Amino acid sequence: MTLAEHMKRTFSLNRHLVQRLGFTFITLMAIATVLPIVATVLYILIQGASAISLEFLAGFPRDGMRAGGILPAIIGTLYLTIGTAIFSVPLGIAAAIYLSEYAADTPLTRTIRIAIINLAGIPSVVYGLFGLGLFVLFLNFGTSILAASLTLSIMTLPVIISTAEEALRAVPQAFRTVSISLGATRWQTIRRIVLKEALPGILTGVILGLERAAGETAPILFTGAAFFLPQLPGSPFDATMALPYHLFVISTQVPEMPIQIQYGTALVLLVFVLTMNLIATVIRSRARAKRQW
Amino acid sequence: MNKIIIENLSLQYSDGTESLRNINLGIREKAVTVLFGPAGGGKSTLLRCLNRLNDLTEVRASAGRILIDGENVLDADTDVITLRRKVGMVFARPVVLPMSIRENLTYGLELAGETRRSKLDEAVERSLKLAALWDEVKDRLEDPAIALSGGQQQRLCLARSLALQPEIILLDEPTSGLDPISTGKVEAALTELKKEYTIILVPHSVQQAARTADYAAFFLQGELIEYNEGKALFTAPKEKRTEDYITGRFG
Repeated sequence: MTLAEHMKRTFSLNRHLVQRLGFTFITLMAIATVLPIVATVLYILIQGASAISLEFLAGFPRDGMRAGGILPAIIGTLYLTIGTAIFSVPLGIAAAIYLSEYAADTPLTRTIRIAIINLAGIPSVVYGLFGLGLFVLFLNFGTSILAASLTLSIMTLPVIISTAEEALRAVPQAFRTVSISLGATRWQTIRRIVLKEALPGILTGVILGLERAAGETAPILFTGAAFFLPQLPGSPFDATMALPYHLFVISTQVPEMPIQIQYGTALVLLVFVLTMNLIATVIRSRARAKRQW
Repeated sequence: MNKIIIENLSLQYSDGTESLRNINLGIREKAVTVLFGPAGGGKSTLLRCLNRLNDLTEVRASAGRILIDGENVLDADTDVITLRRKVGMVFARPVVLPMSIRENLTYGLELAGETRRSKLDEAVERSLKLAALWDEVKDRLEDPAIALSGGQQQRLCLARSLALQPEIILLDEPTSGLDPISTGKVEAALTELKKEYTIILVPHSVQQAARTADYAAFFLQGELIEYNEGKALFTAPKEKRTEDYITGRFG
């Protein structure tokens, strides 16, 4: 074997080794990203599962929240999510349609886009303070489901707008041209073709946005969340208990709190949010399978 | 008789490119008029002026008139929706809408306010027969249109314009993506259609232009160089540039 041949052989072995090492490293890193989520879910499941019972899900808290159930918090989170959807979904989709289908590239629309991007970056506690100032005090809605829903809506809007806009833009331009050439107006084209095709993408964005709203504590802290209520809220102007805030309260504000109740509450919140996530995933994959373009 | 009269038509796009320069042209009723020439000559732009599809594009300046049945369709108060029902269009790439074969055909009619099932069924059958597609799809009208072959899709696009019973059909390189057999079917359909419709075709080759043209107009860089009956233009062009192009010296 000549020296050159020897070196070639050694280096090619090395290349092979480097390749394998690199591949292993990347695989490990990928696995590492999955670990925290799996660990969190498992840990909360193991710790909290024993707390789950009919009384826990359908009963009121008793003994200074140290026993009983979390029904008012579950119902409250449900109300807040629905309230957020009522405001943010129509507004967000309308804004996305405007930006994707109507707006020309002008200083105004560029400003709107920058505003939306920045809106997404604002810390959620700042939204809370803003909601307190605008909805609770200035508009005099009080600490209420209404004020909290509106605050969560503003926080959710950027997610809904940007995912919906992306979904609308993904619909091929040729569909619009063809539809117009067949005597459709711009709005008929949007309603009958563009929106229909973009709907799964829009829904995914809506669910992801609402999921974030459902899990937030800071924006509802000053605007609608109650420490403890002996009955369910009766109107949008009532304050409400909510899962994330309740979890905060029982974990930090109540002495001698049984640990299973804390983890049980966390588990319910986690299942609530992950179920929404699952629905979004199912919608997306079904739509992909059915898509005709 | 002229169905369309184009007078002094000029058009410039917003990016500064000039697309049409002072075009004067009469388009005969119930005949195939072919607009041909090298790419960038303004043929597609001219087609898109006829149904005002250029409204969707950023046009900086346009001048002149296009009279269809004596009415200037470039007028600001033209009802473009009615115009587009009267002037149908088939594009280079077959773009079927993401719905069933049947829905592709009834889409335009439903937008026009037709709701009677019998009328819609009638239009589906009539337009598919005109586009020579009926026998191939009559048993699967509810299938997604995307499941058709490329050639079938393009005939579906033709049928889709015909369903609106237009008077004029614009075809922008309708066979550019099709195999010779499908191309033959589309061309055969056009020969039938010209008995009833005014057809303006941008062909995808000089050969196709020569095969299909009753009348032919040669466009070069936004200008109309020569217009004549198809046979005369392709056998004895008057202009040197036309001759050079059709004999393959450039293009």
